[in-house]
Amino acid sequence: MKVNQEVPDMKKLINSPETVLADSLAGVAAAHPDLRVDHANRIIFRATPKAAGKVALLSGGGTGHEPLHGGFVGEGMLDAACAGAIFTSPTPDQMLEATKVVDRGAGVLHIVKNYTGDVMNFEIGAELAAAETGIKVAVVVVNDDVAVEDSSFTAGRRGVGTTVLLEKIAGAAAEEGRDLAAVAAVAQKVNESGRSMGVALTSCTVPSAGKPTFVLPDDEMEIGVGIHGEPGRRRVPLAGAAEVARQLVEPILSDLDFTGAPTIVMLNGLGGTPLIELYVMYAEVRKILDAAGITVARSLVGNYITALDMAGCSVTILKADDDLLRLWDAPVNTSGLRWGI
Amino acid sequence: MTNETISVDQLSGWLTRFNDLVTEQVSYLTELDSAIGDADHGSNMTRGMSAVVEKIQASPAGTVDELFTGAGMTLVTSVGGASGPLYGTFFLRIGATAGPVGTLDAPGLASALRAGLGGVVARGKAEVGDKTMFDVLAPALDAFDAALAGSSDIPSAARAAYSAAQTGRDATQALLARKGRASYLGERSIGHIDPGAASTSLLFQALAETLGKE
Repeated sequence: MKVNQEVPDMKKLINSPETVLADSLAGVAAAHPDLRVDHANRIIFRATPKAAGKVALLSGGGTGHEPLHGGFVGEGMLDAACAGAIFTSPTPDQMLEATKVVDRGAGVLHIVKNYTGDVMNFEIGAELAAAETGIKVAVVVVNDDVAVEDSSFTAGRRGVGTTVLLEKIAGAAAEEGRDLAAVAAVAQKVNESGRSMGVALTSCTVPSAGKPTFVLPDDEMEIGVGIHGEPGRRRVPLAGAAEVARQLVEPILSDLDFTGAPTIVMLNGLGGTPLIELYVMYAEVRKILDAAGITVARSLVGNYITALDMAGCSVTILKADDDLLRLWDAPVNTSGLRWGI
Repeated sequence: MTNETISVDQLSGWLTRFNDLVTEQVSYLTELDSAIGDADHGSNMTRGMSAVVEKIQASPAGTVDELFTGAGMTLVTSVGGASGPLYGTFFLRIGATAGPVGTLDAPGLASALRAGLGGVVARGKAEVGDKTMFDVLAPALDAFDAALAGSSDIPSAARAAYSAAQTGRDATQALLARKGRASYLGERSIGHIDPGAASTSLLFQALAETLGKE
């Protein structure tokens, strides 16, 4: 076997910056027989399509947030995920192709994170699908990042952690046989009821750039960071887990009243932080929520929506109800989330 | 007027020259985007425009709509991000407005460009002063129309448009970004030229230089 002897000029396990996406899709295909990878179009599908007559779910975005979105393709969640270049939206022809393949006659829900490029590319994809196929497409744009304060003077709140919870819950609703309008309504409800906030301890390094996107001194952290290494609300002195938890949870609680309802809480790693630290953080988050009288019904701790190798984490809190909890508990079988099967 | 019409070959030359300029300026565009975006505008534009030029060289367009519809679809499907849909929509609207013709007269070119601007606004929803490519495109087309109304020929109008484009580009430095990823920076976006405004200025530089060779 011929071995590629090229040594990359940064300390990453890659062959070359140009082939990261294709090489990782090859790995996904090799590891998961439950998935089918369309390498030419860079789309991850379920190997076995869902039953005819059920609503299909399509998402996608820039690569670098793994396991989002490809890791959430499978029974109980997505039907397909379109992969863009690292931190760059996929293109409309990918969304058109995926929409055609996944439609089982009941329409397709597009799940889009609120970034300018993602929104425009999905919009054109949906226009092309409508013009060429007549497939019914509904769209939910996720915008849950409370770090963005002046949403009327910016591109709006970014889509972050709530995306994971939404793909799980809307996926279960589609699996139950609800129609497109009902699945879209559940997705919209999750988006309206979920809020997130993140912190970076380090930057991330985009392979094609070869150096960190920003420089964060050893004694500082960036509060309110996004998932592409874009800046947050402010830089503050590095603090212990309890204080970091306070700085993440307080803006979420002041944005939405979470009392009087069961909540689903996700403590998410951004890619470069070990699980032990995520659990330390989760314990601190729970102390704050308990003190605030907030009922935590379900928890999720791990790396679910990442920013390459960034060290840091995000907190997502979803105000749920019995229906959303039941959909959350429904069986799911994907490489990124798996239970109840 | 010395140059009453512009041919599909000249318009192909415009896109080819635009590709040359974004390729020459790739590091500059990426540097601008590193400051207030995600450091991919240079590579995105060169990837998209080199694909456009490859297509033109492989099968030269016979009509203006064929040229711009092809260029627009190529950008939309090869670039991703925000610049693909925005530049793609700009060219698609030019093609649709111009129609299956081999040449455009001055009013025809002006209305096609104006339709392209309308497409960018519809897709990106940007307004004056949001610190985007719109802040170059709008004043450049205003200058183009004003020059034609003052009985300039197309090459002179293109030079006037390029001059207004440079002014618009430089003026984005003082603006606070209100669209796209730069908007998350808030006040910290002030002091940097918008990368999309810079590439749009290259588009008008390309037009002025292509016609200047006549």
